[in-house]
Amino acid sequence: MDLVDLLFEPLGYDFMVRAIATTTIAAVVCAVLSCWLVLIGWSLMGDAVSHAVLPGVVLAYIVGAPFALGALVFALLAVTLIGVVRNTSRVKEDAAIGIVFTSLFAFGLVLISITPSQTDLNHIIFGNLLGVSVPDLIQVVVLGVVAFAILILKRRDLTLYAFDPTHAHAIGLSPRKLGALLLGLLALTSVVALQTVGVVLVVAMLIIPGATAYLLTDRFSRMLVIAPVISAVCSVAGIYVSYYLDTASGAMVVVTQGAVFAVVYLFSPRQGLIGTRLAKLRRQRAAALAA
Amino acid sequence: MTTTPAIQVERVTVHYGEVLALDAASLSLQPARICGLVGMNGSGKSTLFKAIMGIVKPDSGRVLINGHAPLKARKEAGIGYVPQSEDVDWAFPLSVRDLVMMGRYGHLGFTRRPRKADRDAVEHALERVELSDYAGRQIGQLSGGQKKRAFVARGIAQGATTMLLDEPFAGVDKRSEATITRLLRELASDGCTILVSTHDLHALPQLCDEAVLLMRRVLMHGSPDVVLQPENLAMAFGLDVLNRG
Repeated sequence: MDLVDLLFEPLGYDFMVRAIATTTIAAVVCAVLSCWLVLIGWSLMGDAVSHAVLPGVVLAYIVGAPFALGALVFALLAVTLIGVVRNTSRVKEDAAIGIVFTSLFAFGLVLISITPSQTDLNHIIFGNLLGVSVPDLIQVVVLGVVAFAILILKRRDLTLYAFDPTHAHAIGLSPRKLGALLLGLLALTSVVALQTVGVVLVVAMLIIPGATAYLLTDRFSRMLVIAPVISAVCSVAGIYVSYYLDTASGAMVVVTQGAVFAVVYLFSPRQGLIGTRLAKLRRQRAAALAA
Repeated sequence: MTTTPAIQVERVTVHYGEVLALDAASLSLQPARICGLVGMNGSGKSTLFKAIMGIVKPDSGRVLINGHAPLKARKEAGIGYVPQSEDVDWAFPLSVRDLVMMGRYGHLGFTRRPRKADRDAVEHALERVELSDYAGRQIGQLSGGQKKRAFVARGIAQGATTMLLDEPFAGVDKRSEATITRLLRELASDGCTILVSTHDLHALPQLCDEAVLLMRRVLMHGSPDVVLQPENLAMAFGLDVLNRG
């Protein structure tokens, strides 16, 4: 079997095509958002929100409402609760985040355990990439496109908010509104990514691509290109690997992203642990030759 | 003194929870003046800045910028702010030019897409602070003084008529200090009103037209020579300033 066959064989199955389409969309949207999350220091917040949406999704399933609606409500609830616990008690923010999101996540698990038709809902936790239906795909496309469009249109304001909210305020913008916008998009994006890798691993897609891109460039505008490209390539590669090795596909996507991060962490010419030393050696050798 | 003050702070009181940060502080600053704000850590300098920018809402009292509420001044992008170095993420992936362009955002449309006039304003501001050659650098790769000038350039590009600088001389060598002082004097002679908070008392007489001693209240407001008299500083800092000279 040659390379072309290797690439095209899985595409003969509709479920594989849907899996690849869903993952690519989720990967791109998550990666774009992750650029801001890693710079603001909201990785833990991403973790929290992506877990806390679980009861919302389950309740939406029970009453037959769109998953996104339930997720959005619980994302906002989680953020509000975290703020309330942090501001009105002596508990620090990381503890407040830990308390709120694990409680809501556990509440979601309880709801799943008492809801008939458990198989469907367990997929929310670990993802069910190969079982993505056409309506699922449509939902991912619609939500993904909306989140992506808002992120790109408002990218300059969001970057200003991430870098210097005081200046944003000083020129008449509202840092509160920009923060709320980013959280809303985080909730929306979590729903998009749920389909692919499940609640537990969404946070990987919300952190790793941005962090990887951050090690590769000093320009935010380039991060916004590098992160989604890396993320999409990793996702498709992960699915192919999982197809041929018969492993869990969502988890394989995340493992691939993690592996690429490790390589960049070691070998990035700007920031990499080994890459910067190699670059220095090369400069020294060039200097020695010139002398 | 019949002109409208550029900055008017009227008996502003601010609490953070139980802690009293500003106690009926009053201050009036005429246009095109440079005023040094002197006080210990915790004397309320940062809170006063936040009140002037409208980030902190006073429990009582009010702030007027050019005779208007701060919101109006903000909408006109009239207030420029140069933060303390510790408050800036210097590893943020921005170039000096990107940073200065952020000064234009208040003038731009929904997506903040810059036009030619905005790019020209940015290049002009970079020239003014002598950072044109460094425009493509990541902001963390500048020296201490250059970093401050980059933020001043943002205020210039913004067209700010009022500029607030928080500890502009911290981590800055003597030569850069002189460059920044000259730059701020030029801006003031163009009509910009400038309020500078600083620990660095040596720099004040060359820089400032007037100085304010802050200790939650405004203890004193006058010419730098008078305000910086040791017995006056002792009020704001405690006695050891006398021994340090």
